[in-house]
Amino acid sequence: MLSIIDVERIRADFPILSRKVRNGKRLIYFDNAATTQKPRQVIDAIYNYYMNYNANIHRAVHQLSEEATEAYEGARSKVARFINAKDEEVVFVRNATEAINLVAYAWGRANIDAGDTIVVSEMEHHSNIVPWQLLAKEKGAKLHYIRIDYNADGGSSTSSSTINYSDDGSLIMDDLYDVISHAKVKLVAISHMSNVLGTINPVKEIVDICRDKGIRVLVDGAQSTPHMPIDVKDIDCDFFAFSAHKMLGPTGVGVLYAKRDILDAMDPFIGGGDMIREVHKHAASWNDLPWKFEAGTPNIADVIGFGAAIDYLNAIGMENVRAYEHQLTEYMLSRLMEVKGLRLYGSKEADRRGAVFSFNLADIHPHDLATILDEDGIAIRSGHHCAQPLMERLGVAATSRASLYIYNTREEIDRFIDSLERARLIFRVGG
Amino acid sequence: MSSADIYREIILDYYRNPRNYGRLEMPDVVVRDTNPLCGDEVEMHIKFEDGKIKDIRFNGKGCAISQASASMLTEMVMGKSLEEVKALGKQDILEALGLPNLGPARIKCALLSLKVFKLGIYSYLAEKIGESEASNIKEEASKLF
Repeated sequence: MLSIIDVERIRADFPILSRKVRNGKRLIYFDNAATTQKPRQVIDAIYNYYMNYNANIHRAVHQLSEEATEAYEGARSKVARFINAKDEEVVFVRNATEAINLVAYAWGRANIDAGDTIVVSEMEHHSNIVPWQLLAKEKGAKLHYIRIDYNADGGSSTSSSTINYSDDGSLIMDDLYDVISHAKVKLVAISHMSNVLGTINPVKEIVDICRDKGIRVLVDGAQSTPHMPIDVKDIDCDFFAFSAHKMLGPTGVGVLYAKRDILDAMDPFIGGGDMIREVHKHAASWNDLPWKFEAGTPNIADVIGFGAAIDYLNAIGMENVRAYEHQLTEYMLSRLMEVKGLRLYGSKEADRRGAVFSFNLADIHPHDLATILDEDGIAIRSGHHCAQPLMERLGVAATSRASLYIYNTREEIDRFIDSLERARLIFRVGG
Repeated sequence: MSSADIYREIILDYYRNPRNYGRLEMPDVVVRDTNPLCGDEVEMHIKFEDGKIKDIRFNGKGCAISQASASMLTEMVMGKSLEEVKALGKQDILEALGLPNLGPARIKCALLSLKVFKLGIYSYLAEKIGESEASNIKEEASKLF
Protein backbone atom coordinates (compact mmCIF):
# COMPACT_ATOMS: atom_id res chain seq x y z
CA MET A 1 0.00 0.00 0.00
CA LEU A 2 1.34 3.38 -0.95
CA SER A 3 1.58 5.41 2.21
CA ILE A 4 0.19 8.92 2.33
CA ILE A 5 2.86 10.01 4.75
CA ASP A 6 6.46 8.98 5.28
CA VAL A 7 5.99 7.10 8.54
CA GLU A 8 9.61 6.06 8.94
CA ARG A 9 10.73 9.65 8.66
CA ILE A 10 8.13 10.69 11.21
CA ARG A 11 9.15 7.90 13.57
CA ALA A 12 12.74 9.08 13.45
CA ASP A 13 11.60 12.36 15.00
CA PHE A 14 10.32 10.61 18.12
CA PRO A 15 13.26 9.51 20.29
CA ILE A 16 11.05 7.48 22.62
CA LEU A 17 9.88 5.18 19.83
CA SER A 18 13.31 3.63 19.60
CA ARG A 19 13.53 2.72 23.26
CA LYS A 20 13.17 -0.84 24.42
CA VAL A 21 10.75 -1.95 27.10
CA ARG A 22 10.17 -5.19 29.03
CA ASN A 23 13.42 -7.00 28.35
CA GLY A 24 14.34 -5.68 24.98
CA LYS A 25 10.97 -5.43 23.25
CA ARG A 26 10.54 -2.55 20.86
CA LEU A 27 7.87 -0.18 22.22
CA ILE A 28 4.53 -0.20 20.47
CA TYR A 29 2.69 2.81 21.76
CA PHE A 30 -1.08 2.38 21.34
CA ASP A 31 -2.21 4.72 24.12
CA ASN A 32 -2.43 7.90 22.10
CA ALA A 33 -5.94 8.81 23.19
CA ALA A 34 -4.49 9.24 26.69
CA THR A 35 -1.47 11.22 25.60
CA THR A 36 0.77 11.18 22.54
CA GLN A 37 4.54 11.04 22.32
CA LYS A 38 6.52 14.20 21.54
CA PRO A 39 8.78 14.80 18.56
CA ARG A 40 12.27 16.16 19.02
CA GLN A 41 11.11 19.50 17.56
CA VAL A 42 8.72 20.03 20.47
CA ILE A 43 11.24 18.95 23.10
CA ASP A 44 13.85 21.24 21.50
CA ALA A 45 11.51 24.24 21.49
CA ILE A 46 10.93 23.90 25.23
CA TYR A 47 14.63 23.32 25.87
CA ASN A 48 15.56 26.31 23.74
CA TYR A 49 13.24 28.61 25.67
CA TYR A 50 14.75 27.66 29.01
CA MET A 51 18.30 27.69 27.68
CA ASN A 52 18.20 30.94 25.74
CA TYR A 53 15.32 33.29 26.43
CA ASN A 54 13.60 32.30 29.65
CA ALA A 55 11.75 35.35 30.96
CA ASN A 56 8.28 36.31 32.05
CA ILE A 57 6.06 37.67 29.32
CA HIS A 58 4.04 40.82 28.64
CA ARG A 59 5.38 43.15 31.31
CA ALA A 60 9.09 43.75 30.93
CA VAL A 61 10.87 45.80 28.30
CA HIS A 62 14.10 43.79 28.25
CA GLN A 63 15.09 41.65 25.30
CA LEU A 64 14.50 38.23 26.83
CA SER A 65 10.95 39.17 27.80
CA GLU A 66 10.35 40.54 24.34
CA GLU A 67 11.51 37.27 22.77
CA ALA A 68 9.49 35.16 25.19
CA THR A 69 6.36 37.26 24.59
CA GLU A 70 6.79 36.97 20.87
CA ALA A 71 7.18 33.19 21.05
CA TYR A 72 4.22 32.81 23.41
CA GLU A 73 1.90 35.01 21.35
CA GLY A 74 3.28 33.48 18.17
CA ALA A 75 2.12 30.08 19.45
CA ARG A 76 -1.32 31.56 20.03
CA SER A 77 -1.48 32.72 16.41
CA LYS A 78 -0.44 29.25 15.24
CA VAL A 79 -3.18 27.67 17.31
CA ALA A 80 -5.71 30.22 16.06
CA ARG A 81 -4.87 29.53 12.42
CA PHE A 82 -4.86 25.80 13.07
CA ILE A 83 -8.55 25.87 14.02
CA ASN A 84 -9.47 28.92 11.89
CA ALA A 85 -10.08 31.25 14.83
CA LYS A 86 -8.89 34.75 15.64
CA ASP A 87 -6.01 35.20 18.06
CA GLU A 88 -8.19 36.87 20.67
CA GLU A 89 -10.56 33.91 20.65
CA VAL A 90 -7.85 31.50 21.79
CA VAL A 91 -7.45 31.25 25.57
CA PHE A 92 -4.63 29.15 26.98
CA VAL A 93 -5.53 27.00 29.96
CA ARG A 94 -4.05 23.82 31.47
CA ASN A 95 -6.01 21.24 29.51
CA ALA A 96 -9.38 20.58 27.89
CA THR A 97 -10.85 19.83 31.31
CA GLU A 98 -9.95 23.29 32.53
CA ALA A 99 -11.33 24.84 29.34
CA ILE A 100 -14.70 23.19 29.96
CA ASN A 101 -14.62 24.22 33.62
CA LEU A 102 -13.87 27.79 32.59
CA VAL A 103 -17.06 27.80 30.53
CA ALA A 104 -19.04 26.16 33.33
CA TYR A 105 -17.88 28.73 35.87
CA ALA A 106 -17.56 31.96 33.92
CA TRP A 107 -20.33 31.51 31.35
CA GLY A 108 -22.51 28.89 33.03
CA ARG A 109 -22.96 30.63 36.35
CA ALA A 110 -24.14 33.79 34.60
CA ASN A 111 -26.37 32.13 32.01
CA ILE A 112 -27.84 28.93 33.44
CA ASP A 113 -30.82 29.34 35.74
CA ALA A 114 -33.09 27.10 37.77
CA GLY A 115 -35.20 24.93 35.49
CA ASP A 116 -32.84 25.24 32.52
CA THR A 117 -31.49 22.14 30.86
CA ILE A 118 -27.91 21.32 29.91
CA VAL A 119 -27.61 18.58 27.30
CA VAL A 120 -24.67 16.17 27.12
CA SER A 121 -24.42 12.65 25.70
CA GLU A 122 -23.88 9.16 27.05
CA MET A 123 -20.46 8.99 25.43
CA GLU A 124 -18.93 11.98 27.22
CA HIS A 125 -15.65 11.90 29.10
CA HIS A 126 -16.03 12.75 32.79
CA SER A 127 -14.53 16.14 32.02
CA ASN A 128 -17.63 16.99 30.00
CA ILE A 129 -20.04 15.64 32.60
CA VAL A 130 -18.85 16.57 36.07
CA PRO A 131 -18.54 20.38 35.51
CA TRP A 132 -22.16 20.36 34.30
CA GLN A 133 -23.31 18.23 37.22
CA LEU A 134 -21.77 20.75 39.59
CA LEU A 135 -23.34 23.66 37.74
CA ALA A 136 -26.75 21.98 37.50
CA LYS A 137 -26.70 21.20 41.21
CA GLU A 138 -25.77 24.74 42.14
CA LYS A 139 -28.39 26.32 39.90
CA GLY A 140 -31.18 23.80 40.14
CA ALA A 141 -30.81 23.08 36.43
CA LYS A 142 -31.29 19.71 34.75
CA LEU A 143 -28.78 17.53 32.97
CA HIS A 144 -30.08 15.58 29.99
CA TYR A 145 -28.24 12.79 28.19
CA ILE A 146 -28.54 12.12 24.46
CA ARG A 147 -28.50 8.34 24.21
CA ILE A 148 -26.25 6.36 21.92
CA ASP A 149 -27.41 3.79 19.43
CA TYR A 150 -26.33 0.63 21.15
CA ASN A 151 -27.92 -2.64 22.14
CA ALA A 152 -26.19 -4.01 25.22
CA ASP A 153 -27.79 -7.44 24.79
CA GLY A 154 -27.18 -7.74 21.08
CA GLY A 155 -24.28 -9.78 19.87
CA SER A 156 -23.17 -11.37 23.09
CA SER A 157 -19.67 -12.62 22.83
CA THR A 158 -18.62 -16.18 23.46
CA SER A 159 -15.21 -17.68 23.27
CA SER A 160 -16.02 -19.49 20.07
CA SER A 161 -17.81 -16.74 18.21
CA THR A 162 -16.15 -14.54 15.68
CA ILE A 163 -16.07 -10.80 16.07
CA ASN A 164 -19.32 -9.29 17.12
CA TYR A 165 -19.93 -5.71 16.24
CA SER A 166 -22.28 -3.94 18.52
CA ASP A 167 -24.53 -1.27 17.13
CA ASP A 168 -22.46 1.53 15.90
CA GLY A 169 -22.37 3.78 18.94
CA SER A 170 -23.63 6.91 17.23
CA LEU A 171 -25.80 9.56 18.85
CA ILE A 172 -29.56 9.16 18.66
CA MET A 173 -30.26 12.54 17.11
CA ASP A 174 -34.00 12.25 17.78
CA ASP A 175 -33.17 12.60 21.46
CA LEU A 176 -31.70 16.01 20.77
CA TYR A 177 -34.69 17.16 18.71
CA ASP A 178 -36.93 15.85 21.43
CA VAL A 179 -35.28 17.58 24.36
CA ILE A 180 -34.92 20.94 22.68
CA SER A 181 -38.60 20.96 21.79
CA HIS A 182 -39.70 20.10 25.35
CA ALA A 183 -37.15 21.60 27.71
CA LYS A 184 -35.56 24.99 28.16
CA VAL A 185 -32.17 24.00 26.84
CA LYS A 186 -29.42 26.61 27.24
CA LEU A 187 -26.36 24.58 26.35
CA VAL A 188 -25.42 21.44 24.47
CA ALA A 189 -21.98 20.11 25.45
CA ILE A 190 -20.83 17.32 23.18
CA SER A 191 -17.63 15.52 22.28
CA HIS A 192 -16.46 15.79 18.69
CA MET A 193 -14.97 12.32 18.84
CA SER A 194 -15.52 9.71 21.53
CA ASN A 195 -12.43 8.70 23.49
CA VAL A 196 -13.86 5.20 23.85
CA LEU A 197 -15.88 4.39 20.73
CA GLY A 198 -14.01 6.56 18.28
CA THR A 199 -17.37 7.84 17.01
CA ILE A 200 -17.13 11.13 15.14
CA ASN A 201 -20.20 13.14 16.05
CA PRO A 202 -22.06 15.41 13.61
CA VAL A 203 -21.24 18.58 15.53
CA LYS A 204 -22.02 20.87 12.63
CA GLU A 205 -25.49 19.43 12.36
CA ILE A 206 -25.94 19.74 16.12
CA VAL A 207 -25.00 23.42 15.94
CA ASP A 208 -27.48 23.90 13.08
CA ILE A 209 -30.24 22.37 15.14
CA CYS A 210 -29.41 24.53 18.15
CA ARG A 211 -28.76 27.81 16.36
CA ASP A 212 -32.37 28.76 15.68
CA LYS A 213 -33.28 28.19 19.30
CA GLY A 214 -30.46 30.33 20.62
CA ILE A 215 -28.87 27.34 22.34
CA ARG A 216 -25.12 27.55 22.90
CA VAL A 217 -22.97 24.62 21.84
CA LEU A 218 -19.71 23.52 23.41
CA VAL A 219 -17.65 20.99 21.47
CA ASP A 220 -15.10 18.89 23.35
CA GLY A 221 -12.40 18.54 20.70
CA ALA A 222 -9.81 16.78 22.86
CA GLN A 223 -9.93 13.64 20.69
CA SER A 224 -10.73 15.16 17.30
CA THR A 225 -8.28 18.07 17.04
CA PRO A 226 -5.18 15.85 16.98
CA HIS A 227 -6.54 13.70 14.14
CA MET A 228 -8.43 15.80 11.59
CA PRO A 229 -8.69 19.31 10.17
CA ILE A 230 -10.67 21.56 12.50
CA ASP A 231 -12.48 24.69 11.42
CA VAL A 232 -14.39 26.26 14.29
CA LYS A 233 -16.00 28.83 11.99
CA ASP A 234 -17.33 26.08 9.78
CA ILE A 235 -18.62 24.10 12.76
CA ASP A 236 -19.93 27.41 14.08
CA CYS A 237 -19.86 26.21 17.70
CA ASP A 238 -19.75 28.72 20.53
CA PHE A 239 -17.04 26.96 22.53
CA PHE A 240 -14.36 24.46 21.52
CA ALA A 241 -11.94 22.81 23.95
CA PHE A 242 -8.81 20.72 23.42
CA SER A 243 -5.45 19.73 24.94
CA ALA A 244 -1.92 20.09 23.59
CA HIS A 245 -0.60 16.84 25.00
CA LYS A 246 -2.89 14.69 22.87
CA MET A 247 -1.47 16.26 19.71
CA LEU A 248 2.30 15.94 20.09
CA GLY A 249 2.52 18.91 22.46
CA PRO A 250 3.50 19.02 26.12
CA THR A 251 1.23 18.43 29.10
CA GLY A 252 -0.08 21.47 30.95
CA VAL A 253 -1.49 23.36 27.97
CA GLY A 254 -5.06 23.39 26.82
CA VAL A 255 -7.11 25.70 24.67
CA LEU A 256 -10.51 27.22 25.02
CA TYR A 257 -11.84 28.74 21.83
CA ALA A 258 -14.96 30.86 22.21
CA LYS A 259 -16.66 33.33 19.95
CA ARG A 260 -15.50 36.85 20.49
CA ASP A 261 -18.84 38.33 21.59
CA ILE A 262 -19.33 35.56 24.14
CA LEU A 263 -15.87 36.05 25.64
CA ASP A 264 -16.49 39.80 25.73
CA ALA A 265 -19.66 39.35 27.73
CA MET A 266 -18.13 36.86 30.15
CA ASP A 267 -16.62 37.79 33.49
CA PRO A 268 -13.16 36.42 34.25
CA PHE A 269 -12.71 32.93 35.66
CA ILE A 270 -9.61 33.47 37.77
CA GLY A 271 -8.49 36.84 39.11
CA GLY A 272 -4.91 38.00 39.44
CA GLY A 273 -2.07 39.50 37.48
CA ASP A 274 -2.01 39.90 33.70
CA MET A 275 -5.79 39.67 33.39
CA ILE A 276 -6.39 43.24 34.58
CA ARG A 277 -6.34 46.66 33.00
CA GLU A 278 -6.45 48.67 36.21
CA VAL A 279 -6.68 47.63 39.82
CA HIS A 280 -7.77 49.94 42.61
CA LYS A 281 -8.37 49.05 46.21
CA HIS A 282 -11.97 48.04 45.70
CA ALA A 283 -12.42 47.55 42.00
CA ALA A 284 -10.62 46.41 38.89
CA SER A 285 -11.23 46.47 35.16
CA TRP A 286 -10.31 43.67 32.83
CA ASN A 287 -7.62 43.31 30.26
CA ASP A 288 -8.45 42.75 26.60
CA LEU A 289 -9.19 39.32 25.17
CA PRO A 290 -7.80 36.75 25.52
CA TRP A 291 -5.62 37.87 28.45
CA LYS A 292 -8.71 38.60 30.54
CA PHE A 293 -8.87 34.83 31.02
CA GLU A 294 -5.18 34.18 31.58
CA ALA A 295 -4.49 35.29 35.13
CA GLY A 296 -1.00 34.84 36.54
CA THR A 297 2.14 33.72 34.78
CA PRO A 298 1.06 31.18 32.20
CA ASN A 299 2.81 27.98 31.15
CA ILE A 300 5.11 29.85 28.78
CA ALA A 301 7.53 27.07 27.91
CA ASP A 302 4.85 24.53 27.13
CA VAL A 303 2.77 26.93 25.09
CA ILE A 304 5.89 27.53 22.99
CA GLY A 305 6.34 23.76 22.78
CA PHE A 306 2.74 23.48 21.64
CA GLY A 307 3.47 25.98 18.88
CA ALA A 308 6.21 23.61 17.67
CA ALA A 309 3.73 20.71 17.73
CA ILE A 310 1.33 22.71 15.55
CA ASP A 311 4.18 23.43 13.12
CA TYR A 312 4.96 19.73 13.03
CA LEU A 313 1.37 18.73 12.29
CA ASN A 314 1.02 21.48 9.67
CA ALA A 315 4.11 20.19 7.90
CA ILE A 316 2.43 16.79 7.55
CA GLY A 317 -0.96 18.34 6.82
CA MET A 318 -4.05 17.49 8.82
CA GLU A 319 -5.81 16.11 5.73
CA ASN A 320 -2.92 13.65 5.42
CA VAL A 321 -3.07 12.80 9.12
CA ARG A 322 -6.73 11.94 8.76
CA ALA A 323 -6.19 10.01 5.52
CA TYR A 324 -3.33 7.96 6.97
CA GLU A 325 -5.25 7.14 10.15
CA HIS A 326 -8.23 6.20 8.00
CA GLN A 327 -6.03 3.61 6.28
CA LEU A 328 -4.74 2.34 9.63
CA THR A 329 -8.33 2.17 10.89
CA GLU A 330 -9.47 0.08 7.95
CA TYR A 331 -6.57 -2.28 8.44
CA MET A 332 -7.10 -2.52 12.20
CA LEU A 333 -10.81 -3.25 11.76
CA SER A 334 -10.07 -6.03 9.28
CA ARG A 335 -7.47 -7.59 11.59
CA LEU A 336 -9.65 -7.32 14.71
CA MET A 337 -12.33 -9.17 12.80
CA GLU A 338 -10.04 -12.20 12.63
CA VAL A 339 -9.68 -12.51 16.40
CA LYS A 340 -12.13 -15.03 17.79
CA GLY A 341 -14.15 -13.94 20.80
CA LEU A 342 -13.33 -10.28 20.35
CA ARG A 343 -16.08 -7.75 20.78
CA LEU A 344 -15.52 -4.26 19.44
CA TYR A 345 -17.49 -1.29 20.77
CA GLY A 346 -18.20 1.30 18.11
CA SER A 347 -18.55 1.63 14.37
CA LYS A 348 -16.82 -0.70 11.93
CA GLU A 349 -16.87 1.98 9.25
CA ALA A 350 -13.61 3.89 9.07
CA ASP A 351 -15.42 6.94 7.65
CA ARG A 352 -17.40 7.39 10.82
CA ARG A 353 -14.72 6.91 13.41
CA GLY A 354 -11.22 7.69 14.48
CA ALA A 355 -8.40 5.26 15.23
CA VAL A 356 -9.42 4.44 18.80
CA PHE A 357 -10.59 0.88 19.36
CA SER A 358 -12.31 -0.30 22.53
CA PHE A 359 -12.94 -3.99 22.88
CA ASN A 360 -13.15 -6.99 25.12
CA LEU A 361 -11.65 -10.38 24.38
CA ALA A 362 -13.67 -13.38 25.62
CA ASP A 363 -13.76 -13.34 29.44
CA ILE A 364 -10.28 -11.85 29.82
CA HIS A 365 -10.47 -8.79 32.01
CA PRO A 366 -8.94 -5.70 30.35
CA HIS A 367 -6.32 -5.37 33.08
CA ASP A 368 -5.16 -8.90 32.56
CA LEU A 369 -5.07 -8.33 28.81
CA ALA A 370 -3.08 -5.11 29.25
CA THR A 371 -0.58 -6.98 31.41
CA ILE A 372 -0.05 -9.61 28.73
CA LEU A 373 0.30 -7.01 25.96
CA ASP A 374 2.67 -4.96 28.08
CA GLU A 375 4.92 -7.98 28.28
CA ASP A 376 5.15 -7.83 24.48
CA GLY A 377 6.07 -4.14 24.69
CA ILE A 378 2.60 -2.98 23.66
CA ALA A 379 1.11 -0.09 25.62
CA ILE A 380 -2.68 -0.07 25.63
CA ARG A 381 -5.13 1.28 28.17
CA SER A 382 -7.60 -0.72 30.19
CA GLY A 383 -10.39 0.45 32.43
CA HIS A 384 -13.33 2.81 32.18
CA HIS A 385 -11.45 5.53 30.27
CA CYS A 386 -13.05 8.26 32.41
CA ALA A 387 -16.39 7.44 30.81
CA GLN A 388 -18.27 5.48 33.45
CA PRO A 389 -21.77 6.45 32.24
CA LEU A 390 -20.78 5.03 28.84
CA MET A 391 -19.42 1.83 30.42
CA GLU A 392 -22.75 1.49 32.20
CA ARG A 393 -24.56 1.95 28.89
CA LEU A 394 -22.35 -0.66 27.23
CA GLY A 395 -23.01 -2.99 30.14
CA VAL A 396 -19.33 -3.54 30.91
CA ALA A 397 -17.13 -2.61 33.84
CA ALA A 398 -14.16 -1.90 31.65
CA THR A 399 -12.76 -2.25 28.16
CA SER A 400 -9.34 -2.51 26.60
CA ARG A 401 -8.47 0.36 24.32
CA ALA A 402 -5.88 0.68 21.58
CA SER A 403 -5.53 4.17 20.12
CA LEU A 404 -3.27 5.03 17.20
CA TYR A 405 -1.49 8.05 15.79
CA ILE A 406 0.63 9.11 12.85
CA TYR A 407 3.73 7.19 13.94
CA ASN A 408 1.95 3.86 14.22
CA THR A 409 2.22 1.27 11.46
CA ARG A 410 0.51 -1.75 9.96
CA GLU A 411 3.36 -3.90 11.19
CA GLU A 412 2.65 -2.73 14.75
CA ILE A 413 -1.00 -3.67 14.27
CA ASP A 414 0.15 -7.15 13.21
CA ARG A 415 2.25 -7.52 16.35
CA PHE A 416 -0.69 -6.30 18.43
CA ILE A 417 -2.97 -8.93 16.88
CA ASP A 418 -0.32 -11.63 17.53
CA SER A 419 -0.26 -10.54 21.15
CA LEU A 420 -4.05 -10.82 21.40
CA GLU A 421 -3.72 -14.38 20.13
CA ARG A 422 -1.08 -15.08 22.76
CA ALA A 423 -3.50 -13.76 25.42
CA ARG A 424 -6.12 -16.21 24.17
CA LEU A 425 -3.63 -19.04 24.63
CA ILE A 426 -2.54 -17.94 28.11
CA PHE A 427 -6.16 -17.65 29.20
CA ARG A 428 -6.96 -20.94 27.51
CA VAL A 429 -9.82 -19.37 25.61
CA GLY A 430 -11.38 -22.10 23.47
CA GLY A 431 -12.57 -21.93 19.90
CA MET B 1 7.50 -12.80 36.12
CA SER B 2 5.87 -13.57 32.80
CA SER B 3 2.17 -13.68 32.03
CA ALA B 4 2.39 -17.40 31.62
CA ASP B 5 3.55 -17.55 35.28
CA ILE B 6 0.93 -15.11 36.49
CA TYR B 7 -2.02 -16.70 34.77
CA ARG B 8 -1.39 -20.26 35.85
CA GLU B 9 -4.19 -22.80 35.76
CA ILE B 10 -5.00 -22.29 39.43
CA ILE B 11 -5.59 -18.53 39.08
CA LEU B 12 -7.73 -19.01 36.00
CA ASP B 13 -9.66 -21.73 37.80
CA TYR B 14 -10.42 -19.47 40.78
CA TYR B 15 -11.31 -16.65 38.36
CA ARG B 16 -13.74 -18.73 36.34
CA ASN B 17 -15.04 -20.94 39.17
CA PRO B 18 -14.79 -18.79 42.26
CA ARG B 19 -15.23 -20.57 45.63
CA ASN B 20 -17.40 -18.92 48.27
CA TYR B 21 -18.87 -16.56 45.72
CA GLY B 22 -22.14 -14.85 46.61
CA ARG B 23 -23.79 -13.31 49.64
CA LEU B 24 -24.83 -14.41 53.14
CA GLU B 25 -28.41 -14.18 54.36
CA MET B 26 -27.63 -12.76 57.79
CA PRO B 27 -24.07 -11.47 57.78
CA ASP B 28 -22.63 -9.63 60.77
CA VAL B 29 -20.61 -7.48 58.45
CA VAL B 30 -20.88 -6.41 54.82
CA VAL B 31 -17.92 -4.49 53.54
CA ARG B 32 -17.04 -3.36 50.06
CA ASP B 33 -14.21 -1.47 48.44
CA THR B 34 -13.05 -0.64 44.96
CA ASN B 35 -9.76 0.07 43.35
CA PRO B 36 -10.55 3.38 41.65
CA LEU B 37 -7.63 3.05 39.28
CA CYS B 38 -8.80 -0.26 37.82
CA GLY B 39 -12.42 -0.36 38.82
CA ASP B 40 -11.92 -3.70 40.57
CA GLU B 41 -14.67 -4.33 43.11
CA VAL B 42 -14.80 -6.71 46.05
CA GLU B 43 -17.61 -7.09 48.57
CA MET B 44 -17.40 -9.47 51.52
CA HIS B 45 -20.12 -10.85 53.76
CA ILE B 46 -18.81 -12.22 57.04
CA LYS B 47 -20.51 -14.09 59.87
CA PHE B 48 -18.74 -14.51 63.20
CA GLU B 49 -19.33 -17.02 66.01
CA ASP B 50 -17.34 -17.73 69.18
CA GLY B 51 -14.48 -15.56 68.05
CA LYS B 52 -14.21 -17.36 64.73
CA ILE B 53 -15.11 -16.76 61.12
CA LYS B 54 -18.24 -18.86 60.90
CA ASP B 55 -18.96 -18.14 57.27
CA ILE B 56 -17.77 -15.84 54.53
CA ARG B 57 -18.76 -15.01 50.94
CA PHE B 58 -17.44 -12.56 48.43
CA ASN B 59 -18.74 -11.03 45.24
CA GLY B 60 -17.47 -8.41 42.86
CA LYS B 61 -15.96 -7.88 39.49
CA GLY B 62 -12.52 -7.27 38.23
CA CYS B 63 -9.45 -8.88 36.79
CA ALA B 64 -8.42 -12.48 37.29
CA ILE B 65 -5.92 -11.57 40.00
CA SER B 66 -8.38 -9.55 42.10
CA GLN B 67 -11.17 -12.11 41.91
CA ALA B 68 -8.96 -15.18 42.40
CA SER B 69 -7.32 -13.48 45.35
CA ALA B 70 -10.68 -12.74 46.98
CA SER B 71 -11.83 -16.31 46.51
CA MET B 72 -8.61 -17.79 47.91
CA LEU B 73 -8.76 -15.46 50.87
CA THR B 74 -12.24 -16.66 51.82
CA GLU B 75 -10.93 -20.23 51.85
CA MET B 76 -7.91 -19.24 53.93
CA VAL B 77 -9.97 -17.61 56.68
CA MET B 78 -13.01 -19.87 56.84
CA GLY B 79 -13.35 -21.28 60.35
CA LYS B 80 -10.22 -19.51 61.61
CA SER B 81 -10.09 -17.56 64.86
CA LEU B 82 -10.00 -13.78 64.90
CA GLU B 83 -6.47 -13.91 66.29
CA GLU B 84 -5.32 -16.03 63.38
CA VAL B 85 -6.91 -13.91 60.68
CA LYS B 86 -5.75 -10.63 62.22
CA ALA B 87 -2.20 -11.82 61.66
CA LEU B 88 -2.73 -12.27 57.91
CA GLY B 89 -0.37 -10.08 55.91
CA LYS B 90 0.12 -9.23 52.30
CA GLN B 91 2.85 -11.83 51.84
CA ASP B 92 0.38 -14.55 52.85
CA ILE B 93 -1.95 -13.52 50.04
CA LEU B 94 0.78 -13.15 47.45
CA GLU B 95 2.16 -16.57 48.34
CA ALA B 96 -1.26 -18.17 48.18
CA LEU B 97 -1.63 -16.70 44.70
CA GLY B 98 1.84 -17.93 43.84
CA LEU B 99 2.80 -14.37 42.92
CA PRO B 100 5.34 -13.30 45.56
CA ASN B 101 6.96 -10.76 43.23
CA LEU B 102 3.96 -9.13 41.63
CA GLY B 103 4.87 -5.73 40.18
CA PRO B 104 3.60 -2.37 41.43
CA ALA B 105 1.00 -2.01 38.69
CA ARG B 106 -0.85 -5.16 39.66
CA ILE B 107 -0.19 -5.63 43.37
CA LYS B 108 -3.27 -3.58 44.23
CA CYS B 109 -5.38 -6.08 42.35
CA ALA B 110 -4.00 -8.87 44.54
CA LEU B 111 -4.39 -7.01 47.83
CA LEU B 112 -7.82 -5.43 47.43
CA SER B 113 -9.51 -8.48 48.97
CA LEU B 114 -7.23 -8.42 52.02
CA LYS B 115 -8.00 -4.74 52.46
CA VAL B 116 -11.73 -5.41 52.30
CA PHE B 117 -11.40 -8.34 54.71
CA LYS B 118 -9.39 -6.31 57.23
CA LEU B 119 -11.93 -3.50 57.04
CA GLY B 120 -14.59 -6.12 57.73
CA ILE B 121 -12.76 -7.34 60.83
CA TYR B 122 -12.30 -3.74 61.90
CA SER B 123 -15.95 -2.85 61.58
CA TYR B 124 -16.91 -5.96 63.60
CA LEU B 125 -14.40 -5.26 66.35
CA ALA B 126 -15.07 -1.54 66.40
CA GLU B 127 -18.58 -2.37 67.49
CA LYS B 128 -17.44 -5.06 69.95
CA ILE B 129 -14.46 -3.48 71.65
CA GLY B 130 -14.60 0.15 70.49
CA GLU B 131 -13.29 2.12 67.57
CA SER B 132 -10.04 3.21 69.16
CA GLU B 133 -9.12 -0.32 70.29
CA ALA B 134 -9.66 -1.67 66.81
CA SER B 135 -8.13 1.24 64.96
CA ASN B 136 -4.80 -0.50 64.32
CA ILE B 137 -6.59 -2.96 62.03
CA LYS B 138 -8.08 -0.12 60.02
CA GLU B 139 -4.65 1.42 59.76
CA GLU B 140 -3.17 -1.87 58.55
CA ALA B 141 -5.86 -2.05 55.89
CA SER B 142 -5.22 1.45 54.64
CA LYS B 143 -1.48 0.85 54.51
CA LEU B 144 -1.72 -2.19 52.24
CA PHE B 145 -1.45 -0.05 49.12
